[in-house]
Formats: sequence, C-alpha cells, structure tokens
Amino acid sequence: MNQSLTRTLGMRTILVLVFAFLYIPIAVLVALSFNEGGLPTAWSGFSLKWYASLAGNSAILSAALNTLIVALVSTAIATLLGTLLAIGVEMRRQYGKGLEALIFAPMIIPDIVLAIALLSFFSMLNLTMGLHTIILAHVVFNLAFVCSVVRARLKSFDWSIVEASADLGASAVTTFRRVTLPVIAPAVIAGALLAFTLSVDEFIIAFFTAGAGRASTTLPMQIYAMIRFGITPEINALATIVMAVSITALTLSQRLNRGIIGQ
Amino acid sequence: MAPALVWLTALMVVPCALVLALAFFRRGIYGGIDYTFTLENFGLVFDPLYAGIFLKSARIAGTATLIAVVIGYAAAYAIAAAPRRWQPVFLFFAVLPFWSNYLIRTYAWIVLLNREGLITQLLRWFGYTGEPPSMLYTEGAVIAGLVYNYLPFVILACYAPLSRLNPELAEASRDLGASAATTFRRVILPLTVPGIAAGAVFVFVLSIGNFVTPALLGGGRFQMIGNLVYDQFLTANDWPFGAALAMALIAIMLLVLMAQALAADRAAGRAAEANGGADG
Repeated sequence: MNQSLTRTLGMRTILVLVFAFLYIPIAVLVALSFNEGGLPTAWSGFSLKWYASLAGNSAILSAALNTLIVALVSTAIATLLGTLLAIGVEMRRQYGKGLEALIFAPMIIPDIVLAIALLSFFSMLNLTMGLHTIILAHVVFNLAFVCSVVRARLKSFDWSIVEASADLGASAVTTFRRVTLPVIAPAVIAGALLAFTLSVDEFIIAFFTAGAGRASTTLPMQIYAMIRFGITPEINALATIVMAVSITALTLSQRLNRGIIGQ
Repeated sequence: MAPALVWLTALMVVPCALVLALAFFRRGIYGGIDYTFTLENFGLVFDPLYAGIFLKSARIAGTATLIAVVIGYAAAYAIAAAPRRWQPVFLFFAVLPFWSNYLIRTYAWIVLLNREGLITQLLRWFGYTGEPPSMLYTEGAVIAGLVYNYLPFVILACYAPLSRLNPELAEASRDLGASAATTFRRVILPLTVPGIAAGAVFVFVLSIGNFVTPALLGGGRFQMIGNLVYDQFLTANDWPFGAALAMALIAIMLLVLMAQALAADRAAGRAAEANGGADG
C-alpha cells in the first residue's frame, strides 16, 4: 500500500514537472504580450497596446496576407492530390517499397535539404521565385501528411461497398461522392487542417524559395527577422496570435479525426 | 494518384538528384557552377574544420537526444500509469506545443534565458546579487531548445509500446521475486525499445540538421551542419560544397534510420514472444 502510494506520488511529480517544462516558456511569452511596459521582464500592468500596434504594422500585415495565400492554396492542392494518392494506394493495396519511401520521404527529409534542393532546381530552370514557388514547395510535404492521415482512415474501409455501388449502376464519380467521400471526409478535413497549420508555420523552405525582395515575405520569415533584432513585446503579441491559430486548427483536426496526432 | 506522384517526383526527387549531381561539380570563379567533374567537395567535408562541425553537431544532437529520451520516457511512463480515461487528455496536452510554431517555441527560450529573463529574475528573487549568468548563446541553450522542441514526439513514441504492455508480465516478474528495478530493466525496458528507438531517431535526425535553433539560441557565429549548408547557399555562394554537405547529412540520416529499423526488428521478435507467452 505504502509502496503504491509512493509510486503514484512519483508519477504525479513527473507529470507536473514535464508539463511545467512544456508550458512555462509559452505561458511566459503569452503573459508578456499583455504587459503594458516594453521591458521583457518587469510587469507593469495589463494592456492590449501591443496587439493594437500589430494592427498598424504594414510589414506584418502584408506578411500575414502572404502566409494566408500560401497556406490556403497549398492546402487546397495538397488535400486534393494527397486524398487521391491515399485512395489509389489503399484501393490497390500495392505497397511497394519505392512508393512507400516516396510518400514517406517529404515527412522526414531535413527542411534545409529540401530547401536548397528546390532553390537549386528553381534557379536552374530560371524560374522567377515568389509566392508561387513557395506554394509549389509546400504542396510537397503537405500532400504527404494529408495522404498519411487519409490512409489511416482507409485502412479499415470496406472496399466491397464500392464494388456494390458500381454493381448497382453508379458511375465512378457518383460512387466517390456518395460512398467513399462520406467515409473519409473527417480524415480529409483533418488532413487539410494539419496541412494548413504546417504551411502557416513553415519557415526554412519558404525562406529559400521566396526569391529576392520583400514582396513574398511570409509571416514566419517576418518573425525570424524580428527575433534576430531582439525581444520586443510586439513579437510576443504576434507569437500569441500565431500560436492561438495553429492550436485551434490542430485541436479541431484532432476532434475530427481521433488519434491523428498520434500518427 | 498519378498527379501526386508526378508532383513528388518533379519537386522532390528531381531537385534532390540535382543537389546530388551538383556536389560533383566545381565552384565557378564568380560563385556560379563550373561543370567539370570533381570529388573535391566530398574531400572538403572531411577537412578538419568541417569535420569538426559535423562532430560538434553530432555531439549536440546526441546530448539532446539522450536528455529528451530520458525525460520523454519518464513522462510517457507516468502517462501510461495514469487512470485510463485521463491518458488521452495528458497525451494531447503533451503533444500540443509540438504543433505550435517552431520559431516561436525557440523564441520563448530567448525570453527565458536572456540576461534579464525569467531565470535571472528568479535567481535575484532568491537573493542572488551577482552578474546575470550568460545562458543564452551557449551550447547549453541550443541543447535546451532542441530538447524542448522535440520532447513531445519522444513522449508519443514511448507511450505507444508502454500502453500496450501486458501488465501481467510485470506482475509475473514480481511474483517470481524480481525487484521493481530488475523488472523494469529486464522486462519493461526491452519491450519498449522500439518506441525509444523511434523517438531517439526522430530527435537526432531533426537536431543534427537543424538550422533555426543554433542560429537563434547559439548566437550569430554558432555553427552546426544546417548553418554551414545555409551559408554555402546564401552567403558563401559555394553551391557544390553546400550540396556535398547536404548529401553527407542525408547519409548520416539514412545510417541512423537503418540502425533503428534493425533495433525495431529485433525488439519486435522479443515482444511477440513475451506477449504471446503471457497470454498462454
């Protein structure tokens, strides 16, 4: 009895310490974003003025708009391609090693390697770089993530109902729309939300494929530039907003597709 | 599925093959590429100056991996020991920070570790009056940042085998007279090796090629392989050498992944045996 009590206490202590380690840095950041004074440490009262000053910062607003464009377009393309890829692979149940490696690679390849590879590729083609090249690049890893989320859902899918639908005279399109899609819809939306979050947060690949000039600066690129200048309450406020957006998207994604974060 | 495969081939396989090819060319006089075959770039990777950066990167990534695995395993163990209905909640909150922006999570450590940061404030509050300790822009800060950023994945990877562990195994071991420590070392630990290996590989691979964390927490002149690759492409303008460095990075990554596959295979055999044995 005594031993199991000690054990329970020990386990609780570990949990408290680990969650403190994970959340204190973020909590400090969020708290300081509401700090009236400009100092990174001394608390001088609650204020929303740093959020207000963000709204008047045109560089940040244009970066946010760029990020939104990149994330929405790359998510749309990746969701379509990734879902079709998942269906193709799972329907035929051909799991070739080469195919698996091709789909898995974008998720593990170091960002910096994909970034320089795409930079070399685009400049060799003499392609003018900008938001469109960032989108091309983001689709690469986004489609891999969408594909893996949808595939997980399709593992338990009963393909005989697709055959039944065809036997009953439905066209391939009707079958997809009325049979397959309703089953995989939660996974598709979850995958899209995951892709959106990844794209909003992605820094290195965007940095290398954005081309010269400030016109196609994305939010993470803007944040990186600001961080290099030092700590400001404005970054704290911006960071808080960005975190809130990604955490909301991911929480939604998780609810739609239980266990996707565990993939 | 064809469009997706075309996309991956055109924008991942081809560019990566191009980088591999680039590594065999010479750097042009004005920073361009001189298309004559050479192995010099790979030779340069083993130059003491650059090999030193590889070793330093491996040491930092290795230390971060070790720390993340110890903390992550303990956390996963504690979560797996919690009441069933709380486990998904704990797991969700353990992973949540992982999905917020990487730059921001790293920046949070600048806020904590800078000379006027929370840690200095806490020290002062406890009566410390000396110079603020310099914690930021050190190797320790880089390691802390890496552990912080990748810990959630280790927790996740270790939780999976721990939660599947047949509790009868530990019971049987105790009934046969093994101490708690022996049971852990001889029964639980060997069965959860695949999770540890998966988590460790993830932290190591992402740490050794990391660019953001050393750049932000290590300070301007702190270099790991990722920063070296960055410099070759964006400042030094020696793309062939940068390409060779990137290929060396990929080679290290593949080696580590192969070692993991080997470890996982062995452990899978052991797990099947042990779990099957306990059921029978």
